[in-house]
Amino acid sequence: MKLKNWALLVILGLLLAVLAACGGDDTEESGESAESAEGTEETAEEPAEEGEQVLNFINGDAIPSMDPSMATDEYGFQFIGSTMEGLYRLDENSEPVEGIATDHEVSDDGLTWTFNLREDATWSNGDPVTAHDFVYAWQRAVDPATGSEYGPYMMGGVIKNAVAVNSGEAELDELGVTAEDDYTLVVELENPTPYFESLTSFGTFMPLNEEFVEEQGDDFATSTDTLLFNGPYTLENWTSTANEWDLVKNESYWDADTVQLDRINHVVVKDPTTSVRLYEEGSVDRAGISSDLVDQYSTHEDYAVTPETSVFYLKLNQKRSDELANENVRHAIARAFDKDALVNEILNNGSIVANGLVPADFTPMPETGEDFREVSGDLMTYDVEAAQEYWETALEELGTDTVELELLGGDTETSKVMNEYIANQLSTNLPGLEVTLKNVPFEQRLDADTAQDYDIQVAGWGPDYLDPYTFLSLWVTDGGNNKMSYSNEEYDALLEEAQTTLATDNPARYENFLEAENILFEDAAIAPIYQSAMAQLISPKVEGVFVNPFGATYEYKWASVGSAE
Amino acid sequence: MVRYILRRVMYMLITLFIIATLSFFLMKLLPGSPLNAEDKLSEEQQAIVLEKYGLNDPIPVQYVNYLGGLVQGDLGISFAFSNTPVTDILMDRIGPSAQLGAQALVVGTILGVLLGLIAAISHNGFLDYTSTVIAVLGTSIPNFVFAGLLQYVFAAELEWFPVALWGSFEHSILPTIALMIFPMATAARFVRTEMVEVLGSDFITTARAKGVSEPGIVFKHGLRNALIPLVTVIGPMAVSLMTGSMVIEQIFAIPGIGEQFVNSVMVNDYPTIMGTTLMFAALFIGIILIIDLLYGLIDPRIRISGGDS
Repeated sequence: MKLKNWALLVILGLLLAVLAACGGDDTEESGESAESAEGTEETAEEPAEEGEQVLNFINGDAIPSMDPSMATDEYGFQFIGSTMEGLYRLDENSEPVEGIATDHEVSDDGLTWTFNLREDATWSNGDPVTAHDFVYAWQRAVDPATGSEYGPYMMGGVIKNAVAVNSGEAELDELGVTAEDDYTLVVELENPTPYFESLTSFGTFMPLNEEFVEEQGDDFATSTDTLLFNGPYTLENWTSTANEWDLVKNESYWDADTVQLDRINHVVVKDPTTSVRLYEEGSVDRAGISSDLVDQYSTHEDYAVTPETSVFYLKLNQKRSDELANENVRHAIARAFDKDALVNEILNNGSIVANGLVPADFTPMPETGEDFREVSGDLMTYDVEAAQEYWETALEELGTDTVELELLGGDTETSKVMNEYIANQLSTNLPGLEVTLKNVPFEQRLDADTAQDYDIQVAGWGPDYLDPYTFLSLWVTDGGNNKMSYSNEEYDALLEEAQTTLATDNPARYENFLEAENILFEDAAIAPIYQSAMAQLISPKVEGVFVNPFGATYEYKWASVGSAE
Repeated sequence: MVRYILRRVMYMLITLFIIATLSFFLMKLLPGSPLNAEDKLSEEQQAIVLEKYGLNDPIPVQYVNYLGGLVQGDLGISFAFSNTPVTDILMDRIGPSAQLGAQALVVGTILGVLLGLIAAISHNGFLDYTSTVIAVLGTSIPNFVFAGLLQYVFAAELEWFPVALWGSFEHSILPTIALMIFPMATAARFVRTEMVEVLGSDFITTARAKGVSEPGIVFKHGLRNALIPLVTVIGPMAVSLMTGSMVIEQIFAIPGIGEQFVNSVMVNDYPTIMGTTLMFAALFIGIILIIDLLYGLIDPRIRISGGDS
């Protein structure tokens, strides 16, 4: 009997050997059939040639669109930002520095901006970049036939007639952008817009070569071959479903001398654990650390936390709930949960407590350069005693001793824990308050928001341009994103004034913003929770990569490879 | 035979039509819209964008339009990947998934058959229990746990294989192992049960009495009969393996179709959802037909007739 078992084992072993050989053949075949993808295959481990500066990065997903008019997401804007250049580009301090435009003049009323363009900028096919390219691109972005989402969003209310053109009430050429000559671009604005200079660095405002785009037709921006570049890098080996691609130094870029990196290889990895293991293996030079991995890696020598400019808060809907229409109830809720504990124990990824609306390290005050957040100070902090005082007054006013409210939040793992924590804190610290939880997917939360079908909602906002107005404008009466029936005439007036009569006087505008933010929290309109951050492992090799406060997340123009060790 | 196949193909088309209809209307019940900046646009602005994709039409009209395109072999343009035909997405993504699935199926089934065979021969012996334990573990441990473990031990710690990514044959080894556990365990369980039964039946006793050698009995008379029920499960298993595993693809960062499918549902990319569903359905129905035809070859007791009954 024993002998037979041994014989079987030997047979098994032999079969395994045969299988291994067969397996080898198997892939050779499929390797051939997948020839088209072959060229991009081993980029992640490609050894750098002598003296070549190469970095390897992970991207969280494929790039859905490289068409500046159609892009809506982080990754689209990231790679449009690296491969294209608009009028201006943001530097290390988020200050606009020259791009295709060398300088500009603004008319006294702040409505007409005349940009002087450089004459040495070219597209990657050799054509010069001219003012006509901007006119074409901007018209295309608001043309209803394009079906762009960010076009009307970014340009509507900013560029003259953008809304009218988008809804078909005005012709394309009525859009407030014209080419005076090949190298002079005149832009007419709807209202004076002090932050317009930095806005022109955003992906939607990139120029497009009309002849090329029309020639490509429906194929435009679906692969490397159907794209033209005018930025620091070109995008190589890319198709719209590609999982690997490279940024390669663009030798025809007007400022190519500044660009030090030869190549940045990218590969899509979604799993956080896999990302970290690839980092430790040395395949990639940067990896994100998810909340559950922070404890394990926070002592790693390459661990770094980069603050972001998204702010999260509780929206307190005054329409559905009579209780939330009571100011004292809102004051109580906004003070009744421990934000420190939430940030350090639940999020645990470098996020910081938010005690206001406009994020920290986002906009400096125009004259002093101090951070807006610091000047405005802590407007809504965790304070159980004060919260309970407000709560008692509120209950008296309402003539009740129990209040039931629903908390609407996201359904990702982290959100669920966070929602539960906040609900628990509220009902513990405010006696008589009962909070029911409703965790739903993002889309459903948006629907509930639009219909104002919620009491309290965990929501957040990331900036679309470099100005406090991007956050403060959320809460003007009947604003498109208000959706909680907050209304304060004084608040509306301050913001209105900032965008109209004070529009050309930036220091005065910021005074208005400070005052408006103050009013927002005197009314306890929202309850700030936290400002997000990215926890990452970043190799010391990576130097000169800046993080932008809006638009493309990373700026690679000035990046280089430092000492490897 | 030809008549039978023709009839089956016709049924296949009807089934596909029903699947297309059902999934189309179910998909429309998904909350949300394919817009990405829904929270930033006014309702009028949203309507302008939706107009371009024909999403402002009444749903029955959209359905007729979709079927019209489908009949002409046009699966539409993806919403999520701008200007990219769904066919391109499917073609790009099916390759890695199919390769992994095929490798896992072949290796897994062969190992599973061997495991089952060993177990059956040493019925109630040590090897039987060992292989049963392996089979039970294989079916009950979720493959993401197994994949994570493989990655940790063989890539991160021992550094025998790359941690993840797609490219050379080496990259496919760990995901193949993670993926093959299930077919291996399933095959082992089936073969063991069948073999024990077959080896105890009269014709085996007859064969032994006639002096057929032991390997002859096991492989020629036993195994051939024990494999018949396995064929039934292998078909559907092949489809589910080759259409990709979202979990395995995500852990090993493989650009496959499984993950793409889940993603397209998350972002309401209607044309991609429909295209992927229909492709999976067509594969599934096709394989079932092939298996039905195979039965006739493997098992003489099953006859395919013109089908008047």
